[in-house]
Amino acid sequence: MDKTTLDIWVGLFVAIGIAALLGLAMKVGNLTSNTLGETYAVTANYENIGGLKPRAPVKSSGVVVGRIDNIKFDTKAYQAVVTLKIDKRYPFPKDTFANIYTSGLLGEQYISLEAGGDDQFLKEGDRISKTQDAVVLEKLISQFLYNKATEESKK
Amino acid sequence: MNPIFKILSSLGNQVTSRIWRLGSAARFFFLILIYSGESFRRIHLTIREIYFTGVMSLIIIIVSAFFVGMVLGLQGYYTLQKYGSSESIGVLVALALLRELGPVVTALLFAGRAGTAITAEIGLMKATEQLSAMEMMAVSPIARIIGPRFWAGVISMPILASIFSMVGVMGGYLVAVPIIGVDHGAFWSQMNVNVDFRFDVINGLIKSVVFGVACTIIALYEGFDAPPTAEGVSRATTRTVVTSSLTVLGLDFILTSFMIAH
Repeated sequence: MDKTTLDIWVGLFVAIGIAALLGLAMKVGNLTSNTLGETYAVTANYENIGGLKPRAPVKSSGVVVGRIDNIKFDTKAYQAVVTLKIDKRYPFPKDTFANIYTSGLLGEQYISLEAGGDDQFLKEGDRISKTQDAVVLEKLISQFLYNKATEESKK
Repeated sequence: MNPIFKILSSLGNQVTSRIWRLGSAARFFFLILIYSGESFRRIHLTIREIYFTGVMSLIIIIVSAFFVGMVLGLQGYYTLQKYGSSESIGVLVALALLRELGPVVTALLFAGRAGTAITAEIGLMKATEQLSAMEMMAVSPIARIIGPRFWAGVISMPILASIFSMVGVMGGYLVAVPIIGVDHGAFWSQMNVNVDFRFDVINGLIKSVVFGVACTIIALYEGFDAPPTAEGVSRATTRTVVTSSLTVLGLDFILTSFMIAH
């Protein structure tokens, strides 16, 4: 076979391979949507984080503004310490609420940020004090049953 | 001789000969690495081999990827719709292909399509004393024959695996969206959210590179080590397929456990 034809075929082969990899990265993977620019890290303490996992999204009004960097357990306060990495483009006030919600009934859990009214913004290393734990289904049910029982006894 | 000693000696013989082969294959591998500078100097040899191992494998890779993707789409939909989450079909197809099926099936097909060809070619070269003739002319057969084939295999495998995964996803799309009627947007967006570039795409690529090295080395070594007879070459070709397939599956387990455990 002619040398140039060979080169053309191999070039085509490599080009298709790179195109496939790019397709996998952009269309299938989340290389485009996952790239946070520069981030700042803040922490938040929770009594119970439920099924929250590292790399879960941090959303505000449903828009992904950051990701969860890591989750640790603080043995002094016996609380979970969650480190959030938030994109530098999105500054949040100091009194922002960080609540753990579940997407859908059984979906993955994420942290939702609800901006407060403070004129100071969160900086690198700050702690979000206003947090709300994950809803644990068993707790909810037992509370409901307890309420029902007290209603019954009042009658 | 006592029958117990006979059994023991045959067992010992088996083990030592296996270990000996493994060691000599490792030495062969390092020899290729040492000579690879010399083989890269004649890059057109490697390009020629990429044509034969990579480009010629494209048809079988694309066709099987397409069918694997379509079957995944059908089977996945059948189970997922029982749980009312048929939109996740895109995630299922993409993750199955990127993490496992892409690299593994590509490596198995590669061992069958290209590995056997390499073994038979080198075995015949040895049987017809072409390799010895080269050595007589002070041309190292490792640099001239083995090196280009090794690098061609290592370069071709990740490319083929990427093509396999992409074509498989397209096959899954074809079944899920136009035929079954899953929403087009949900298919891609769910996939996009749940497939991570580093953890899924790059790990799959690492796997395919490792499989490429393993399959090519096995094929080359079996050919180089084959007894120079018709029977020897045919046996070496069979061994290439069996050993490569088992090695790929074993390595896949090891790599996956490392990647998931981190």
